[in-house]
Amino acid sequence: MTDLFGILGPRRVGETASVVDASVTHVTEVSYPTQALQKFLRCLHGADNPLILDLGPVVGSNVTFFGEQLGCRIRVEDVAGDIDKHLKEGKLEQLPEFFTGRFTQEPGSVDGILCWDILDYLDRPAAQTLATALCRLLKPEGCLLGLFSTADTPGQVYTKYVVVDESTLRYRTYPGLRQRQRSLLNGDIIKLFKDLRVTDSFLMKSKLREMLFRKPAPRA
Amino acid sequence: MWKRDESVKPATPPAQTPVTTPSAPVAAAPAASEPRTQLGRDNVNIGKSVIIKGELSGSEDLTIEGHVEGRIDLKDNVLTIGPNGKIKAEIFAKAVVVLGEVTGNVTASEKVDIRDNGSVDGDIASPRVAIAEGAHFRGAVDMQRAGAKAQAKPAAPAAPGPAQPQAQKVGA
Repeated sequence: MTDLFGILGPRRVGETASVVDASVTHVTEVSYPTQALQKFLRCLHGADNPLILDLGPVVGSNVTFFGEQLGCRIRVEDVAGDIDKHLKEGKLEQLPEFFTGRFTQEPGSVDGILCWDILDYLDRPAAQTLATALCRLLKPEGCLLGLFSTADTPGQVYTKYVVVDESTLRYRTYPGLRQRQRSLLNGDIIKLFKDLRVTDSFLMKSKLREMLFRKPAPRA
Repeated sequence: MWKRDESVKPATPPAQTPVTTPSAPVAAAPAASEPRTQLGRDNVNIGKSVIIKGELSGSEDLTIEGHVEGRIDLKDNVLTIGPNGKIKAEIFAKAVVVLGEVTGNVTASEKVDIRDNGSVDGDIASPRVAIAEGAHFRGAVDMQRAGAKAQAKPAAPAAPGPAQPQAQKVGA
């Protein structure tokens, strides 16, 4: 019987069982080219002292890159930390409600959002609530950079995306409590951000789809 | 008000300037027998048994290992929050080094440095910010450097205008 289960491969673990020993998680650091980051930066070009919302964990060199070199204000909101916190407390089903009031910024006050790949780790309801909240925060003509996995990837790791330069990102994984959920299809992603317009989509060799969204200006 | 490290030999006579003007009494005095850290010149240490509630100001570099709630004002000096330090305060200093925990906004005229295991929950305003791997930070960073933007913006971007919707490209 045990052998049969072995042949069938590992089961998808339930949420309650997904807290694992982080020390056994594979941690890597690899650099990949990026196409969308340059476009994201160009979107910010016209803004004066633009405000960027970074949904990943804080990366010191990114703060320096966006703040010191580009003159942006950067706000760090670690959503992966929120997911882990809810998972630890067994309140994952409360994430959609949590995201409703998660961000305290004024609607339409953010020039750019670095969403990274955080939506890959959320169930559909939580992803939709988060996406809606982000759309609300963006200024008209503001842009959002999202990364979406195109293949199921095992392992309970999150990724810090370290900006090396405008055309290179270093993917630095670190142990987390949740694995990526089912890969989102292109149509699913567009539905999540239905208030935004997809301006660019790049399929990368890193098995990620880089997508850039822009909030349309209100019609006169 | 706080413990001055007796091993420090300041160049100026020690009784010249009061370092702090706390608006509230210290809740707990430092234990006389507590081991003291060797510090540099003009550096004052608040030990880990000290709790201060109120406003803290001064004109010497300061290391805090204890708890402070309220406001810290060291506009021309370096403030170091030691690994045991827990701060719930607005901080104004020339430079701030965080190895402990800070909850509150931090404003520094030169630099904020959050070291490994340091934690800041609040907004930072400083021309230079360094955040080490392993540090915790939640808040906003404003580096307030006029002219930096023009220097580093992507060179001559093509008018970002409306790109083709759903443009699908295979890259890199």
